[in-house]
Amino acid sequence: MGKKILLRGSHVIAEAAVRAGCRFYFGYPITPQNELTEYMANALASLSDGVFIQSESELAAINMVIGVSMTGRRVMTSSSSPGISLKQEGISYLSGQELPAVIINTMRGGPGLGNIAPSQGDYFQATRGGGHGDYRTIVLAPGSGQELADFTRMSFEYADRYRIPVVILGDGMMSQMMEPVAFPDPIDPKSLPQKPWVLDGAEGRPSRIIRSLILDTSAMEEHNWKLFRKYEMIEREIPEVELFLTDDARLTVIAYGTASRIAKGAIKRVREIGLKVGLLRPKTLWPFPKRNLVEMSRVVTDFLVFEMSTGQMLEDVKLSLEGRRRIHFYGRPGGIVSTPDEIAKVINNIYFKEGLERE
Amino acid sequence: MKKVFGRPKNLKDAVFHYCPGCGHSIVHRLIAEIIDELNIRGKVIGVPPAGCAVLAYNYFDIDMGEAPHGRGAAVATGLKRSLPDRIVFTYQGDGDIAAIGTAETIHAANRGENITVVFINNGVYGMTGGQMAPTTIIGQISTTTPGGRNKDRDGVPIDLSEMLAITNGTVYIERTAVDSPKNIIRTKKAITKAFRVQMAGLGFSLVEVLSPCPTNLKMSPVQANEWIGSKMTTHFPLKVIKDTVGKL
Repeated sequence: MGKKILLRGSHVIAEAAVRAGCRFYFGYPITPQNELTEYMANALASLSDGVFIQSESELAAINMVIGVSMTGRRVMTSSSSPGISLKQEGISYLSGQELPAVIINTMRGGPGLGNIAPSQGDYFQATRGGGHGDYRTIVLAPGSGQELADFTRMSFEYADRYRIPVVILGDGMMSQMMEPVAFPDPIDPKSLPQKPWVLDGAEGRPSRIIRSLILDTSAMEEHNWKLFRKYEMIEREIPEVELFLTDDARLTVIAYGTASRIAKGAIKRVREIGLKVGLLRPKTLWPFPKRNLVEMSRVVTDFLVFEMSTGQMLEDVKLSLEGRRRIHFYGRPGGIVSTPDEIAKVINNIYFKEGLERE
Repeated sequence: MKKVFGRPKNLKDAVFHYCPGCGHSIVHRLIAEIIDELNIRGKVIGVPPAGCAVLAYNYFDIDMGEAPHGRGAAVATGLKRSLPDRIVFTYQGDGDIAAIGTAETIHAANRGENITVVFINNGVYGMTGGQMAPTTIIGQISTTTPGGRNKDRDGVPIDLSEMLAITNGTVYIERTAVDSPKNIIRTKKAITKAFRVQMAGLGFSLVEVLSPCPTNLKMSPVQANEWIGSKMTTHFPLKVIKDTVGKL
């Protein structure tokens, strides 16, 4: 771990990717994440084994990712909401072909062209697979500059370990914000373990095929169950949360990414007037940290889901708690970034309406 | 007794699923022969398309990675940029390369990606059952042009190879056919050259092969071959479209 440096979020992701041994980046310009693409252009140009292509479209970029991933090398692409929609074709193929890849989504307001302001409207798309077919992608939601670095490193590890596309879900706030960050030591891609399934020419060995076409229905079913078993394993192994002031909490706010930062500010404010409120922040959105929530629901009666959308993670909270506790929701879509005071008022209203101030 | 004809080493001992008279079987055999003759099995990576030839990996005994429909050139770009000393080729039909994958193909060509494309042009969507292709010729009947392709409604067939020839990154483009023994030999020479262009690191090479699809043309194999010679080549003349390489 090096010493801390001040860097904007999109540069943190890019630097962390290079340090994770990623030498291949393909992308198409889209705001608000162009700084990431530009950083990769610079960083990879200065490395003898670096390859950067500004592709003609997001479709081309994700398919170049497929090509590199087939050779076993670490590879990344990035975009923002409308561009991520275009990449869904390739993400579905990566999933079917069990190829590792890292995909950064700097979410913006939508649907359609929407705007370029911070939003969390792509939660459904990211956590439900996103493209066609019966699959999931790992979805990580960093909440600070340091986590942008740590989660980027982790995303490459997960992608290789599980042979799965990993999505990092951020927004314009996360990618523009500058925070002090300490990076892990760089990995030399040559030092990474060889993958036994790659395409590199069938010299002295049987030929290999990487495909997602499985015409035989029984074989296709077995492939789907194989993926499902992998997803079950991931659900057991990697869900992660941050708990903030939850020990004595009577109301727990659930928020991720930028919304969790705002929620923390709000919680500090209401704590000053004695309200017992905490935060549960999912770091993994898929797998959703269901068990942590269920655990907490044994002592907490009220949950407030706060999202920068009209309510998407809300569904996972409801599915996790299965009607056992009161679930409140507050959301602002369209690129509106709520203030801590605004959320403090929401918390305050719920707290007294539900009588949580009473012993 | 001396064996004078046999299965190419790099063609698996499998029965082709292609229809009787289909050109894919011929071109598959040619490519397998070329891989044998150039002795490149251990270095070659193929990218099959979506379409009838998606199952090419059931026949070639080489590493192959399936691309989404039309994205062959982008996937090949990733493969080749990662492994520049390997020989990467895509095998794509007309719908794959000249309709849904036009953008990926033109830009890979324009970047001068050092890959080889085998473009099978049979003037029809085969696997989906005979719909109009980007290369369906004027007047040709398909399931979606029941009265024949109409220039005003459907546009004229797209000349993808000529379009690619004007990009700076392409070095060798030839249009051949597999409708006769003479043209089959010509096709093998062209694909061989295209591979050699890549092996010499010279840039983007493509061979467009006019290929019969008797099933969807609703013709006998012989009629389909005659149709290529008499009708298809009037729009798609057989010729070297671009060659900045010369002799290799």
